Amino acid sequence: MKPSAFEYHNPQSVEEAVELLDRYGDEAKIIAGGQSLVPMMNFRLARPEILIDINGIKELEYIKSEGDELVIGALTRERDIEKSPLVMEQFPFLAQAISYIGHSAIRNRGTIGGSLVHADPSAELPTALCALNGKLKVVGPSGEKILEPEEFFLTYLTTSLEPSDLLTEVRIPALPEKTGWSFSELSRRSGDFAIVAVGILLFSEAPGVCREARIAMGGVAATPMRAQEAEALLAGQELSEDLIAKAALQAAEETDTEPDYHASAEYRMDMARVFVKRGLQEAWNMLNGG
Amino acid sequence: MTDSRRILVRVNGVEYQRWVEPRLVLVDFLRDDLELMGTHIGCEHGICGACTVLFNDRAVRSCLMFAVQADGADILTVEGLAASDQLHPLQVAFREKHGLQCGYCTPGMLMSAYEFLNENSNPSEEEVRKAMSGVLCRCTGYKQVVDSVMEAAEQMRNK
Repeated sequence: MKPSAFEYHNPQSVEEAVELLDRYGDEAKIIAGGQSLVPMMNFRLARPEILIDINGIKELEYIKSEGDELVIGALTRERDIEKSPLVMEQFPFLAQAISYIGHSAIRNRGTIGGSLVHADPSAELPTALCALNGKLKVVGPSGEKILEPEEFFLTYLTTSLEPSDLLTEVRIPALPEKTGWSFSELSRRSGDFAIVAVGILLFSEAPGVCREARIAMGGVAATPMRAQEAEALLAGQELSEDLIAKAALQAAEETDTEPDYHASAEYRMDMARVFVKRGLQEAWNMLNGG
Repeated sequence: MTDSRRILVRVNGVEYQRWVEPRLVLVDFLRDDLELMGTHIGCEHGICGACTVLFNDRAVRSCLMFAVQADGADILTVEGLAASDQLHPLQVAFREKHGLQCGYCTPGMLMSAYEFLNENSNPSEEEVRKAMSGVLCRCTGYKQVVDSVMEAAEQMRNK
């Protein structure tokens, strides 16, 4: 099908975009990379009256280091992040997560902000952001605010953004020098949405001990989520095979899976266990030079 | 709403100025307005890859963009691959290695491979498989497609 008619605006600055959002409210939809929105418009699942195209706002496209943080403008293309020397060197976890998004032609156009705002719970960037404790900078008519992922992702395809808010930036705190990581997912075909996506970060100070573990899971609840109780089992421990198996089982129990046409709830839950287990093992091996 | 916008685009090195309705997707603009029918429309939601073109040197799905967003852009479609009567090495390789049957996905295959080989002139078969996984073929399977891209890579390196 073809999209229904809309009025098109292409602001050149954040101020101009926020002003348009403020004027049109719920009637307006922002288009960034359009890799999720345009399919919905082509199917007429989305029929915005007003389309605000932010691709002209060049001030929102950047990747840089600022103090202890990696700072990425919301309009930065996924492929630019994936290929950024800064990201590849300091956040290979993020580059790996992005490599699972669709195909290169999708990542050429898709943006970090667009993926986060779309808030698909099985998408890679929301899951990765939860593992990384990333923060979201939002600009609205009354000024700026910084949100944590837990405040931002409310439920399926829903964030806490107000109709006149614009996500402008993502800030990711630096990882400790000794970090083991893994990002993996299960999908039927290359580039498909994940049935289950799992991001693992392990931090260490002393050899053979995991100081802190982070387990982020996508596709297993209405939002991307952290397996906090499983993480608690691992903090301060040496990760034996038994402990990893126990934590993986715990992580699976923390999920709130729903069946859909890709997989049953039980299958998703069990695959969460399998992928957490493998991910923990991989990250632990990396940490210990294995 | 009949509001139209004037856009100026460069397609295969030729400049075009046209008035477009904002809801016109880029692939329809290329096919219907510019009569460049080489780019094919498959699924219209970004899954099949048949409509892949180069947009400012990057492979994109032309069904997932609006023509109005292409104002000022440089676009390369499958018609722009061959230099006058000389086929591009990718086209030669697809012909030699039977990389197509019905040909519906071929423009997407060629444009995806074109971007990929520009970035990686000496790929492994595994890398080619991954790079080409974004375009669906419903008749040959992918063996001949992978062979074709590997062959083109070799020909292009030896040039």
